[in-house]
Amino acid sequence: MPRQSKPSTDARDAAPQTGKIRRLHLPQKLRNLELFLLIIACGINLGAVVLVQLGALGRIDTTLVLLGASLSGLVFGMHIVLRFVAREADPFILPIATLLNGTGIAMIYRIDIANEEAGWASAAVRQTVWSGLAIACAIAVILIIRNHRVLFRYTYVAGFVGVLLLLLPLVPGLGREVSGARVWIGFGSFATFQPGEIAKIALAVFFAGYLVRNRDSLSMVGKKFLGMRFPRLRDLGPILVVWALSMSVIIFQRDLGTALLYFGLFLVMLYLATGRLSWVLLGMALFLGGALIASQTLEYVNGRFTNWLDALNPAVYDADGGSYQLVQGLFGLAKGGLIGTGLGQGRPELTPVPQSDYIIASLGEELGLAGIFAILALYLLLVARGFRIGFAGQDDFGKLLGVGLSFVIALQCFIVIGGVTRVIPLTGLTTPFLAAGGSSLVANWIIVALLLRLSDTVRNQPRLVV
Amino acid sequence: MNRELKRVSIVVMLMFAALLGSTSVVQVFQSDNLAADDRNTRTLLDSYSVERGAILAGGEPIAQSMPVDDNYKFQRTYSNGLLYAPVTGFIPVNGAPTGLEQALNGELSGTSNAQFFDQVSSLVTGQDPKGASVETSIDPVAQQAAWDALGDNTGSVVVTEPKTGRVLAMVSKPSYDPNTLAVHDSAAVNDTYDALVNAPGNPLINRAINSLNPPGSVFKLVVVAAALESGQFTPESTFPNPATYTLPNSSSVVINSGGGTCGSGDTVTIATALRLSCNIPMAELGLQLGDDAIRTMAEKFGFNSEFTIPLSVTASEYPEDPDDAQTALSAFGQTSVRATPLQMALVSATIANGGIEMQPNLVDEIMAPDLSSLQTFEPVAADRVLSAETAATMTQMMINGVQDGAASNARIDGVDVAGKTGTAENGADDPYTLWFTGFAPASDPQYAITVLIEDGGGLGQTGYGNLLAAPIAKQVLEAVLNK
Repeated sequence: MPRQSKPSTDARDAAPQTGKIRRLHLPQKLRNLELFLLIIACGINLGAVVLVQLGALGRIDTTLVLLGASLSGLVFGMHIVLRFVAREADPFILPIATLLNGTGIAMIYRIDIANEEAGWASAAVRQTVWSGLAIACAIAVILIIRNHRVLFRYTYVAGFVGVLLLLLPLVPGLGREVSGARVWIGFGSFATFQPGEIAKIALAVFFAGYLVRNRDSLSMVGKKFLGMRFPRLRDLGPILVVWALSMSVIIFQRDLGTALLYFGLFLVMLYLATGRLSWVLLGMALFLGGALIASQTLEYVNGRFTNWLDALNPAVYDADGGSYQLVQGLFGLAKGGLIGTGLGQGRPELTPVPQSDYIIASLGEELGLAGIFAILALYLLLVARGFRIGFAGQDDFGKLLGVGLSFVIALQCFIVIGGVTRVIPLTGLTTPFLAAGGSSLVANWIIVALLLRLSDTVRNQPRLVV
Repeated sequence: MNRELKRVSIVVMLMFAALLGSTSVVQVFQSDNLAADDRNTRTLLDSYSVERGAILAGGEPIAQSMPVDDNYKFQRTYSNGLLYAPVTGFIPVNGAPTGLEQALNGELSGTSNAQFFDQVSSLVTGQDPKGASVETSIDPVAQQAAWDALGDNTGSVVVTEPKTGRVLAMVSKPSYDPNTLAVHDSAAVNDTYDALVNAPGNPLINRAINSLNPPGSVFKLVVVAAALESGQFTPESTFPNPATYTLPNSSSVVINSGGGTCGSGDTVTIATALRLSCNIPMAELGLQLGDDAIRTMAEKFGFNSEFTIPLSVTASEYPEDPDDAQTALSAFGQTSVRATPLQMALVSATIANGGIEMQPNLVDEIMAPDLSSLQTFEPVAADRVLSAETAATMTQMMINGVQDGAASNARIDGVDVAGKTGTAENGADDPYTLWFTGFAPASDPQYAITVLIEDGGGLGQTGYGNLLAAPIAKQVLEAVLNK
């Protein structure tokens, strides 16, 4: 270790003695900023619900306002927990997640009103309760996992759990098929949970741990070809396994989006770990090849491509499983224009499943392009905060995990919103935080908790090199 | 790892850039196209959820939106729907509107550019937007008189004001009740619509502006006007007066209506030929004038072009390149000459107005929901079609035709009526099309009227203009002059 770094080492050594006193006296700048932003976010959320009621009902109904207020209470509870156990955590992550979650609830509530649903039939009430549960999970995660390196120990367990969760819907009697995709599990007649959402966290942990352990053999050896070092055949094992897993999701669970999400996540983490572009090219070739074969042989994949390329064609529009929904979503977005119709003033209910897969079209209709840009900016900011962990982090596992978890949010946004706006073929994935669905909320709030934990660690670590 | 991380960051930025781009394209650049797509139920529902403006005639609503408790929020109701159907048209829940509902849809639904600031202010104040009302030029007295006079005939009556071009009456029969097509039940609308499409007489056609018929002898007004304007002819110019006339390069024979010569004598003047509505002298005149001169005059009156009032008026037709036989036939409104009743009303109104054609117009004013005027329609002179002298000469000849000629059944005691009848052939065995066009009082024209009766007025080939069409014109003119 170079001599110059000596003073900082001393500072670290000194920390345990003075730390306690210093913390008492130092104002928690980051947490105060977070509190300020949280108050704004909760204010916007409350305002959105009230605007929905004024716009769609013409009066104010207190039940959901109260539910929303209790949810805000829970978020502030999480903020207080952070003041004690992760005081240096990133101050933007929690307010952004809160704002997105609240915006989603307001829009789901708005569609409930249009469909005249109330009580437990109301998706907004269920979403609120799920949000509470998800935030509780996030608090639990942040309390239990005090140091993310614990997760490194459970790399292979995480991998096993991830694959298990992914395959769970295929178990006879447990799996449930919803609108063609077999990605749900349920008990009795309930289709309640998408285990694949949780699997993405487990897989991110597994990928991070596995790649940190094996990056050398994956990146150092191999033949140079066309200026790039290609891996040895025997090192192809992991990528082939993940590829096979993705393909089986496409074939057996009929879920193109999930497969794309996992494989994309793996490729990016592989690239980050090895720095080898050849892996990415190889992976993309594998996936595109697989998708191409699937589009030729699997009818539902083929249909997705036709709907994407030729959505406005009347024949495609009228076909069974055709582009009707996609085009209705486009009509809704077009109706919104630049500034939208205003909350409660549009007709998002005309689009099928406007509160889950198509929530972004519903938001675009009522909040306009301005609202969509704001939402995209929030996502981008959230992802950027996650990437900061990668840039500033000290240990490779934490870096990989932080970037992987944030990239999964970015990729999921791209797959869903890109599908709705015809950048790519439409595949069924939930829009993180916004869309109605409990499993997605729980998974994304756990990601929030992990990112908070990772960002706290990054700031608490003394910097050896500045 | 940071170098790779930077690259991945760029990829993420590109992904979001793609989303920003795609949403912009859908929400801004394609939004008009998507809104105009006929599968877009949002656009349709929107046009119902605004309180659509009323359509008024003589200050009374003939179409208005009544609040109801369903998805569409408002029910369009048409008072006296059968009578005003050609004016209002209808707006169905599952298809395109027609009539003024279509022509002024932007204004009625409050989405026209003139109402932009109202839209913005209703956005700010949160008030429901309202459409503008449309005051038509229709005179309920004239409309009702024309409806009554036309009786059970298939046809149309158009009354205009020669000095302004305002359309005072526009009747088309058979008619339909627009209320039956405005119900909020798509299936019922489709059933009614299909029934109307297949109904005898095709009630959905607005015959006043969209039905083309051979004008027959009423077209002689155009030919005589062309002759007088050419300077080569006067009303006293003479033509040979045979009882039959063989068309050039053809074996077809033309006869005057009723057979025989046109009055007595070896020659006949244009004035007499027009007064008695003879075909042979007109055929001879037409050939001497040539088709170019006739077409030029016809086009000055408005033939061969579509126009809007703001309803779309089908273009009346004069053939592009007739041979001599066809030119001779066209001189008395046969062969492929076709005219709408409104076009013939324009010919009469122009003669009545001293040769200046006023743009025909169905709308007086468009009023914002607060009754302030958004747009008023002042009389617009389209063009001088005839010299004042020619117009005066034509008027005199038309007065003679009513007083002492082929249009005698339009005579009204104490009022000079100028007019011309027409009886047009459609085919060897098809019923005739009967016409009257004219104006009154001739000294100070207030009303120009055109009557069209299709399908021979039920008399096959035995009816003629003076028998069936002229009395209808007389009845309507009496009603409006005495009101």
